[in-house]
Amino acid sequence: MKRDTKRVSVFTRRALVLSGVQLATFGALAAKLYQLQVIDSDRYKLAAESNRISARLIAPPRGRIVDRFGIAIAANHMNWHALLIAEQTDDVAATLDNFSRLVPLAEHERARIEREVRRHRRFIPVTVREFLSWEEMARIEVNAPDLPGIVVDAGTTRLYPFGPTLAHVVGYVAPPNENDVADDPTLALPGMRVGRAGLEKAEDRSLRGRAGVVQLEVNAIGRVIRELERQDGVPGAEIGLTIDAGLQQAVVERLGDESASAVVLDAQNGEVLAMATSPSFDPSLFNSGVSQAQWIEWTKNRLTPLINKAVAGVYPPGSTFKMVVALSALEAGVLSPTDRIFCPGYLDLGNMRFHCWRKGGHGSLDLRGAIKNSCDVFFYETARRAGIDRIAAMAERFGLGVKLGIELPEQRRGLVPNRAWRIAHGYRWNMGDTVVHGIGQGFLQITPLQLATMVARIASGRAVQPHLVRTVNGVLQPGSSASDWPELALHPHWLEAVRAGMWAVVNEPGGTAPLARINFNGVELAGKTGSTQIRRVARELREHGNFNSARLPWEFRPHALFVAFAPFEAPRYALSVVVEHGNAGAEAAAPIARDIMLEVLRRNPAERQNAPQPRLAEESHA
Amino acid sequence: MQERLWRETSFGITAKLWQINWLFVILLCVLAAVGYGALYSVGGGSAEPYANRHALRFAFGLVLMLSVALIDIRVIARFSWPLYAVGVVLLLLVARYGHVGKGAQRWLEIAGLQLQPSELMKIFLVLALASWFHRASYERIRSILFLLPPTIAVALPVFLILKEPNLGTAIVTALLGGIMFFAAGVRIWKFVVIALALVAAAPIAYHHLHEYQRQRIMTFLHPETDPLGAGYNILQSKIALGSGGMWGKGFLHGTQAQLNFLPEKQTDFIFTTIAEEFGFVGGVSLIGLLVLVVFGTLVMALRCRHQYGRLVAIGIGTNFFLYGFVNLAMVMGAIPVGGVPLPLISHGGSAMLTAMFGFGVLLSVHVHRDVEFPSPHEPI
Repeated sequence: MKRDTKRVSVFTRRALVLSGVQLATFGALAAKLYQLQVIDSDRYKLAAESNRISARLIAPPRGRIVDRFGIAIAANHMNWHALLIAEQTDDVAATLDNFSRLVPLAEHERARIEREVRRHRRFIPVTVREFLSWEEMARIEVNAPDLPGIVVDAGTTRLYPFGPTLAHVVGYVAPPNENDVADDPTLALPGMRVGRAGLEKAEDRSLRGRAGVVQLEVNAIGRVIRELERQDGVPGAEIGLTIDAGLQQAVVERLGDESASAVVLDAQNGEVLAMATSPSFDPSLFNSGVSQAQWIEWTKNRLTPLINKAVAGVYPPGSTFKMVVALSALEAGVLSPTDRIFCPGYLDLGNMRFHCWRKGGHGSLDLRGAIKNSCDVFFYETARRAGIDRIAAMAERFGLGVKLGIELPEQRRGLVPNRAWRIAHGYRWNMGDTVVHGIGQGFLQITPLQLATMVARIASGRAVQPHLVRTVNGVLQPGSSASDWPELALHPHWLEAVRAGMWAVVNEPGGTAPLARINFNGVELAGKTGSTQIRRVARELREHGNFNSARLPWEFRPHALFVAFAPFEAPRYALSVVVEHGNAGAEAAAPIARDIMLEVLRRNPAERQNAPQPRLAEESHA
Repeated sequence: MQERLWRETSFGITAKLWQINWLFVILLCVLAAVGYGALYSVGGGSAEPYANRHALRFAFGLVLMLSVALIDIRVIARFSWPLYAVGVVLLLLVARYGHVGKGAQRWLEIAGLQLQPSELMKIFLVLALASWFHRASYERIRSILFLLPPTIAVALPVFLILKEPNLGTAIVTALLGGIMFFAAGVRIWKFVVIALALVAAAPIAYHHLHEYQRQRIMTFLHPETDPLGAGYNILQSKIALGSGGMWGKGFLHGTQAQLNFLPEKQTDFIFTTIAEEFGFVGGVSLIGLLVLVVFGTLVMALRCRHQYGRLVAIGIGTNFFLYGFVNLAMVMGAIPVGGVPLPLISHGGSAMLTAMFGFGVLLSVHVHRDVEFPSPHEPI
């Protein structure tokens, strides 16, 4: 018991010490409170007054997008919108009731507003209604005393002067969703938009900018009396594109009603001068949310207006692939530019017979003649000699079946198969497969942009990457000069041989695309046709003889392709045209390519440095 | 000293009710009433939505507290370690199934009731440590080996709470454990060694903090740098306090809280509203009430005739003190903000019930202050 007494006395002593410490701590807190509430009181009273000075974030203006000559492609347009600041009203519901008597609010709008009010801090304004008319705005202002918490503000909406013409390139913006806001609280501000497609999406971060702060004097119920200080945010960057808007418009007009796409590149540096897809859509419609009916119309349309076919449409390249096949054989040393191959109209491989498109055959041809005539047998044999893996490797070097440098998030990779790919899918690779791929059929899936890139690389001998952003805030970005791009490690003679063949296609009697011939002040273009069969149908019908694909239903007709570059002597521009179900490349795609190339040469956007002619500026706002 | 002061048998309910420290109960009722008034004010001069629910919860807590007070303290003592185990299991559950709020898992929802196991754990830890040190004679407590199990008993929940992550509560829990060791009579030099080790380890610990925790510390050091972000709460709270002055702006006239400049005004920042409307006088009066509660627990601890009860009383009192201190220091901007409510005054069901359960155990200690416990050398 004695020990316990000792223990009790220790406990008592320590409990008292502890309580003393606790008492002292509370004393210190009281002292701190005294300092805050009595000694420094004046300072904080002042601060409490200045709490009536409320700081409000201001949305930064979204950066403009302009074409290579400074013509606005995406700009901001002033409009009026009504905001609700929850902390300035005692009763959000009553305020909204009063508001909807002046400007009717639909049930779902109201639900959205109430949800947002709950989600955000009470001093963050919530958008009640955008795109107010002048009368609506006036009605709200006049009734301001009944609408505590409601503020009418001038804001901006995104304006696309070119509308459908550049819709697929520029993309569109839409109001942010909850995930966006979680990533960047600035987006909670009214009027903020998030890029949802195209460049608006790809360059969203730099277009968005940073929010500013404005100090407002408010009265006791929070109504703004005056603005005291404004700290502007950082506006979004202005992005200058490689696109020539005038050329783009001409290309779109030329494509017309076809389900088609065309890409024009500067072959020397990969700048995309025009990238057109038809049919198109109006990107402004996304600004305030697209109606259900409109959305269904777009998604059900078999011409797929929402899809940027230039980067996301994939097609077998057909005969346009033959240059790559030839180059792979040349590099492998299994073909020389002067080697001749005899075409009897077919190639027998085991018990399979592969036909040339010309029934009687072409006779003996060298590489130039084979490209000129688009002889199938020559390239069956060339592919057989080179092997699929060499062909696939060469295709990759020309940008086929790989992700390109283009900024558009919609771009697809397509497919260039090789032996390993086929085996990975559980099959064997047969020589017959190689032969079929020699004429650009089989598993090949290529986008029009990849085709244009291929031609640009053939034409310039440089591994250019297609790109759309030329300047950011007026500063030229890397990649705009030819020397920014490495040379392709290919013998100049081989490229020359291929280019000579492409010249003959268009300019020599007997070539497959006489319709594409131009003579623009002595400048000629070189090109190559392609028609890609929808295979299953083609095989069935070929056996019936007297086959004419033009009589097929639209969706079974072959795609028509044409690739070209010009001037032939000093290549500068490369283009590709794909007309979906256009039947034959020489007939459907070649004339379009010819007209586009003429327009390109006329405008010469790569060389022209000065501002555009007034005529163009007018066009742009039409 | 050898005469039998212990009462041998348990006694009847009526006798027990007589023994309850009603003065202390009245003190708690006064605190809750202060909370009601403050919540009435932040509700914009209305009993809804906060004040009435607060009153209801307190009534429920009162019943819970008195029920626990009537349980024989020896029964509670016997269940100290099982309760501790329950607390650890709840902490493990919160790590696995807890609700994620503001980046941390702290809440567990059981039958519609939101439970914050770390709060409950602190009371269970007090009981478990009291039960352990009850067996510790003055000599035995010298043994490092004897101190090892209770050290682990503190470290385990501290580690689990740290993992939630909830740095503030982890520190408070560790502090509470340390104070229990102190009250139990662990030699002073051991605390000195631990304190030195902690000072040495602080820079390393800072390195392992979460980004938001570091930001809190930085915000605490420089609240003005980020007036609309994380520093907003502290700054607005200080402005509200300071503008209250000596006598306050009067009930229902605190502009800062009323105009919604103050966030979380009904929970963590309730003291700010009181001190804004009733000034320094009101704030100090409230601190006086808190001191009275702590003083009450000290009296009950000293009057208790068994070590278990003494340690439990001092532990519960310390827990309450730590709550009050952390909350007040936080709203005055004296320590980094840490989401700690003011017990019995802040709006919040889980914290209220946990606090009332703790006071129930405390009252049971008082009611059964003279009961005979087994000798220190036998297990309870």
